[in-house]
Amino acid sequence: MKLTLKIWRQKGPKERGRFETYQVEANPHMSFLEMLDVLNEELIAKKEEPVVFEHDCREGICGTCGMVINGEPHGPLPGTTTCQLHMRHFRDGETIVIEPFRASAFPVMKDLGVDRSAMDRIIQAGGYISVNTGAAQDANAIPIDKDTASQSFDAAACIGCGACIAACPNASAMLFVSAKVSHLALLPQGKVEAKHRAQAMVKQMDLEGFGMCSNITACEAECPKGITVENIARLNREFLSSSLRSEAKL
Amino acid sequence: MSWFSDFLASSIGRKVVMSLTGLFLILFLMVHLAGNLQLLPFLAHDPAGELGRSFNLYSRFMTSNPLIKTVSYLLYASILVHAFQGWVLWSRNRKARGSQGYAIKVNKVAGANAFAATKMGWLGTIIFIFIVIHMYQFWLQMKLGKAPMAVYNGKEAEDLYYVVAEAYKNLGYVIFYVVSMAIIAFHLDHGFQSAFQTLGINHKKYSPLIKWVGRAYAVLVPLGFAIIPIYMYFFM
Repeated sequence: MKLTLKIWRQKGPKERGRFETYQVEANPHMSFLEMLDVLNEELIAKKEEPVVFEHDCREGICGTCGMVINGEPHGPLPGTTTCQLHMRHFRDGETIVIEPFRASAFPVMKDLGVDRSAMDRIIQAGGYISVNTGAAQDANAIPIDKDTASQSFDAAACIGCGACIAACPNASAMLFVSAKVSHLALLPQGKVEAKHRAQAMVKQMDLEGFGMCSNITACEAECPKGITVENIARLNREFLSSSLRSEAKL
Repeated sequence: MSWFSDFLASSIGRKVVMSLTGLFLILFLMVHLAGNLQLLPFLAHDPAGELGRSFNLYSRFMTSNPLIKTVSYLLYASILVHAFQGWVLWSRNRKARGSQGYAIKVNKVAGANAFAATKMGWLGTIIFIFIVIHMYQFWLQMKLGKAPMAVYNGKEAEDLYYVVAEAYKNLGYVIFYVVSMAIIAFHLDHGFQSAFQTLGINHKKYSPLIKWVGRAYAVLVPLGFAIIPIYMYFFM
């Protein structure tokens, strides 16, 4: 299949970017990233600068890949990361517009590569639990209700790719933060830091310059892992109870 | 800063303020509508020849009762806080989104009213302008003593009914009023359910009911307000 690609090219964080148009011959069985690999091979052969894009596992579980394809983070297929999106979902002769994830807190480093370290700093602020070192305890030592375990697992499915932020008209990181808070808040292992976690993570989220949630739900619609806004409500509850109950000052 | 000001300055704290003031304004609309419906002759108990008696006595009660007066100051404060906080949200969110927009953007949402949800700031701005004009036209006229007086059972009351009836003779004003109600309907459609979500109330059992009640409220209340000037313009 013959495709026309309009790709955002930007030499560096301070440079002005613009769209460049490329023609590429792809196979319908290729993933979107493999199609870009083909383009880059051709660019390298022509001694041109290849297109920078991030990728790692290519199995849809690491959260490294991510770009806005025809106006949607990770492209048009619901519940799918860019690496798992296959070219059979596009038409022969189609023009595809590819842009980086955009938000003030996600500065473009080069082409389609953006700096998402703001999300790492939010995790560092409170997205962890304390565990004693030594031999692992028995897996079934702590009983957990099935519904609760499922809810926690659904939240833990968040791969931290940033598509929610890219999709949100407010560039809010609430779906990401809520998934991380929910995943830990629901389980007994997460209770130790629960009093401060939501406050600490929301504080860092605000410092990083992410927007505020106005319940538009674009994040849920574009999330490749099906994280729902019910988690945002849980984050709001956790934040409220943490702000009202904790005595320590953050 | 104290924990409370930290809370109010946080993104979720600001949203909670939006939610609580919004819910208070939602409740107020119902009270306001109950009063306004007395403008309609078939809903008011006006004796023959005393058109507007129910409405005028009601508005006299609302402006003189000390408890209601106190609540009315809370109402003015809520409108101002809601508007100011909305402006802060809008400007911070614009900054967070950044100056470089997308060349193509598909606006997919999961269950929200996409138009209302993304345009709350603009809808709110128009509603704020409407409130200013509305207050000038009715509330201020009465406060400045420009409304004529009517006498019921020997007691005087401002004839606010007359002021309203005069305003609704103007087709331009009737159109402005009805369009404003449509804008309030969109604002409410998103605002009602959004207020609950912000307070953390989202549950598989109850959220469908909240959304359903919110939509019904967003349609019926503005419709109730809009019917009054339309009826008065065409039939009175």
